[in-house]
This record gives sequence, structure tokens and C-alpha cells, in this order.
Amino acid sequence: MTGPVLELSGIRKTFGGVTAIEDFSLEIFPGEIVALVGDNGAGKSTLIKIVSGVHPPSAGSIALDGQPVVMSNATMARMLGIEVVYQDLALADQQAVYMNLFLGREPLTALGLLDRRRMIAETEKLVKELDVRIPSAHAAIRDLSGGQRQGVAIARATHWASKLILLDEPTAALGVAETARVEEIVRSLKKRNIGVLIISHSLDQVFRLSDRICVLRRGKQIGVRDTKATDKNEIIAMITGLKQG
Amino acid sequence: MLEEPIHMTTDTRDERVRAVPTLSRLLARPELGAVAGALLVFAFFAVTAGGSGIYSAKGIVNFLEISAQLGILAAPVALLMIAGEFDLSVGSMIGFAGIAIAIPTLAWGWPIWLAVLFAFAVCGFFGYLNGLIVVKTGLPSFIVTLGSLFMLRGLTLGIMRGVTGRTQASGLHEYSRDDWITPFFSGQVLRTPVAWLADLGIIGKRADGLPMITGIPMSIIWWIALTLFCTWLLTRTRFGNWIFAAGGEANAARNLGVPVARTKITLFVFTALAATLFAAIQVLVTGSADTLRGNLKEFEAIIAVVIGGTLLTGGYGSAIGAMFGALIFGVVQMGIFYTGIDTDWFKLFMGAMMVTAVLFNSYVRNRAMRNR
Ligand SMILES: Nc1ncnc2c1ncn2[C@@H]1O[C@H](COP(=O)(O)OP(=O)(O)OP(=O)(O)O)[C@@H](O)[C@H]1O
Ligand SMILES: [Mg+2]
Repeated sequence: MTGPVLELSGIRKTFGGVTAIEDFSLEIFPGEIVALVGDNGAGKSTLIKIVSGVHPPSAGSIALDGQPVVMSNATMARMLGIEVVYQDLALADQQAVYMNLFLGREPLTALGLLDRRRMIAETEKLVKELDVRIPSAHAAIRDLSGGQRQGVAIARATHWASKLILLDEPTAALGVAETARVEEIVRSLKKRNIGVLIISHSLDQVFRLSDRICVLRRGKQIGVRDTKATDKNEIIAMITGLKQG
Repeated sequence: MLEEPIHMTTDTRDERVRAVPTLSRLLARPELGAVAGALLVFAFFAVTAGGSGIYSAKGIVNFLEISAQLGILAAPVALLMIAGEFDLSVGSMIGFAGIAIAIPTLAWGWPIWLAVLFAFAVCGFFGYLNGLIVVKTGLPSFIVTLGSLFMLRGLTLGIMRGVTGRTQASGLHEYSRDDWITPFFSGQVLRTPVAWLADLGIIGKRADGLPMITGIPMSIIWWIALTLFCTWLLTRTRFGNWIFAAGGEANAARNLGVPVARTKITLFVFTALAATLFAAIQVLVTGSADTLRGNLKEFEAIIAVVIGGTLLTGGYGSAIGAMFGALIFGVVQMGIFYTGIDTDWFKLFMGAMMVTAVLFNSYVRNRAMRNR
């Protein structure tokens, strides 16, 4: 068995006097989907920001494929193969889908100009593989539905991530059908052998998608469970503090 | 147009290959309003002033020159506005650049070419400062460059009066006549083809038998070249992509590694350089500089850009649109002159034109979107 793609040990994060994360340790393996659950303000988004290089941890260590890494900014995390689908998606509304997929990392032709043909071709290929249903690679983001936008954001992360994708509440704003589509796309990431850490407030979704569930409560790691070996009641009890890990 | 909302379809094979229809795509272009507006004013003045010579070779060059001056500003201003920022200092920058050419030439005895390069360097630096302050402080560029608008005008007046004791300088022709740099700004090109056309009778002749025009002024060439360059930048280069991204969703762009700050600062330098180009052309054509030059040009440029379909909120627009905006501006200004209407009405007309164009643009854009 291969080692974990991500290994967090003893992560701690304080903002001034507030301790947002306290002694957090977790391993994520390639092709595994781990769900991160917890009440509002539990520290989930903070943890994602630490793993994506936005916040440096106050203490603890991060290892990728067994190699310890120190990430000083988001660009560095991206270079190491970690992609994030932000809560606000971070898409350029007026721009075409294919432009969004490559924004900031546009491929160039030999003459140093934008290689649109390649961007479009790669977008179409990826969109087909992930079965993201958009009208065309040329469509502007503003013309897409919420689910389609989410699909584009995930497609972008998938295109660039070689190790890990972090999803912060990817279906919070979506309807039932669109949520199902996005879940399918997330599931298809397993085939690519990428580790996935997903934040969700929907326990139904967590049980549908994840291999393991990690519970945070007020910055403390309450416990990690195999999804098959637990049930909603136990997770709810852990989230609300009725049960300690 | 697609008949059904895309997210509700189950079979999507055909949908993916189905292109957005050409007409709908055309309607969604930002330039549409400006092109339609240009056709409209052309037709209007053909009817009201057709016989007055506005569409003679001389008349055309006249209004194109007015359009060109504004268009030289409008193209870079369009890029800046697409990146989500304003530069209200371009008008004052024109006045400043004018004296930055005149003073070294007249008071310090510099050759014109050096004075022109000096003006580009100093103004480019001021543009850099504009950009730096906007990016570093996070203040709205509207406020920052409103400050520069006043400061630059004050600086221009203060320096000019301090050095020369006056607010105007003339007699620069004497120094520029034989300078190698002069033809690039105040010269004419295409003299030979123009002469042929005159011989063929396509270009009319004056009473004394000479052709009405002897060539195409350089300002028109600069205008077209700058518009093409900006369009190329926007649509073909990575930098152009960053301009759209910086204006649309600056945060998103930053998250994705787009150098938003650098992009914006570069564009502030660009608008300042365009103001200097404007000034250099004006100084070398008229042979004079005046501390009040360029007054209100910042707003005229914004009008041209907005007529051209660029959104005030950034993230969307075109340089070609700004070119048509500037064209409308020149045609209307000359047209009003040729029809004999009191030119006082020009500003009323342009203001109304802008509001109409914006309403038209947003109406068409919304229609085009709903139809998809
Ligand atoms: N930049 C910051 N500065 C100060 N405190 C912060 C900062 N970011 C987060 N916090 C604090 O850290 C705690 C955890 O916040 P976080 O956003 O990680 O919660 P969350 O689990 O994502 O909640 P939600 O489910 O509402 O998104 C909160 O108490 C929050 O106020
Ligand atoms: Mg959160």
C-alpha cells in the first residue's frame, strides 16, 4: 500500500488570542475522500487554508508524499499539486470557461501568445471526462447555472492538482439535482488517484461520498471514523459534543 | 438560441457541440452599441449636412483627427477600465506633458527629441505612482487619480509660471522643424497614394488646383495602431487575460496567481504614456504648449470608452469599441460645426449620446443573455 499523500501532524493555529485549530493530525491517501465536518466556526475553513498555503500553521508539520513541506503562500501549494475549490469558487464571471480553467497559468504558443486552441481542446477533453455538463467551452461563466459553475471550478482544480483537492462546501448553494451532479464529479476524482478533503454541512452527502469522516469541534479534533463503520447519530453526537472521540 | 435551460437536460451530447448562434454571439459583442451609434450619426449628418463637405476628403480627415486625438487616450483608458480602474488624471497629464516638452526646449536648450523622451519618462513615472498608490492603499482609483488631476494641474501651472513667468509657450516649431522625432508626431503619411487619388479625381481639389489634403496625419495612424495593439493585447496575450481577470474578480484572480497589482500598475503607466503621446502630437503640430491643455479629456475618454461598451464595473469591454466611441465623438463635433448648429450644443449631444449608448448596450446585452 502506498503512503499517505498528505500527512498533518500536531497542526495548531491561533489568530491573536483565538485558537482556531488545536493539535490536529490527519492522513489522506491517494484516491481517498475524507470529509471534514463540524459546526460553524469549528475551524474547517481555517484548516483548508493551512493546507493550501494561505495561513502558515502556528505549530505542527505538513508532509506531502512523505516529504515535509513549508508553504509560505498559495502559489507554492499550487506548485506542489494542491488545488482548492473555494467557497466563493473564484471564477472570472465575464470570461469563457476555458479561460477560467487556465487563468493565471495560460499556455502560450511558440510566439508567446495565448494558445487558445490548446486551452479549448484540453477544456473539452476534461469536461467530457468529468462529465461536467456545460453548453460549450466558450460559454461565459455568468451564463452558467450554479452547478455548472461548481463543475467548472472542480474541473479546474482537477486539471492542475497532482496530489490533493480541497473542497470547501462545494454544494452549499446548489439544488438537489445539481448537488447530485457535483457529487458524481467528486466521486470520479477517486479514479485519478487524487486525495480529496471535502468540507460539508450535509451529513447525507458526507455519508454518500466519503471514505472517512473527521470531526472538528471548536478547533479540537474529536475523532476520525471510517464511514462504513459509523452512523449519523455517532457523527452528530461528536459534532455537538455529546460524545468525545 | 437554446430552447431550454441547459442544466435541466439529461442528454447533453448534442448540446456540447451546439455552438452559440452567430447572431446571438454578435449581439453580445461589447462594440455593438458603438458601431450602431457611429452608423446612426454618419447617416444623420449625411442627411443634415451632406452637402456641406463633411464627407469630403478634407472633412473626413478633419473629424478623424479629432477622433484620433481622443482615441489615442481612449484605447489605453479602455484597458484600464476593463481592469476595473479609472484614471482621471489623463487630462492634467496632457497639460503637464506639454510643458515637460516646452520647458526643456525653450528654457534649457534641449533638442526636441530629448524633451519628448523626457516627458514620456516623467509622465510614465507619474502613472506608475498613480498605480502604486491605488494598489498599495486599496483606495478607489477614482479618488486617487482625482487627487492627481488637481495636483498635476497645479504642478503644471506652478512650474510653468515659475520657469517662464507665463502660462503658455509658443514658437516651438522653430526647434522642432528639423528634428528627427517631429515626423513621428506631426508628420503626414501616405502622401503618394493621396496624390494619386487626387489626380484620379477621387479626392477633390481646392480652388488653387492643389488637392484638399496632402496626406494622412500621423495622429490618425497612432490612433489605429494603438487600438490594434490594445486589441491584440486583450485578445491574444496572457497580459490581456489578466486585465479581464483583474477587473472581473480581482480576488479570484489573485487566488489563482494572477499578478493583479502588477497588471494594474502597468496600465496606469500606459494611460500616462498615452496622455504624453497626445501632448507630443499637439505640441509638435501647433508649435505651442499651454498649461490648460487637456482639460476634461479624462471624461471625454471615459465617454468614448463607455459608448464603446466597456462596463464601468470592469471585467468586460473592448478597445475597438472605444475606437468607435472616439469616432462618434469626432463626427458629432465636426458634424455640428458643418450643420451650422451652434457648437455650444455639442456637449449636450455627447452627454445624451453616452447615456443612450449605455442604455442600448445593457439592453442588448441582457437580451442576448436571456436568449441563450
Ligand atoms: N483571519 C482570521 N483572523 C481571526 N480569526 C479567524 C480568522 N479566520 C478564522 N478565524 C476564527 O477561527 C475560527 C474558525 O473559523 P473557520 O472559518 O475555520 O470556521 P468554519 O469551520 O469554516 O465555519 P463555517 O462552517 O461557518 O464555515 C472562528 O472562530 C473564526 O472567527
Ligand atoms: Mg467555512
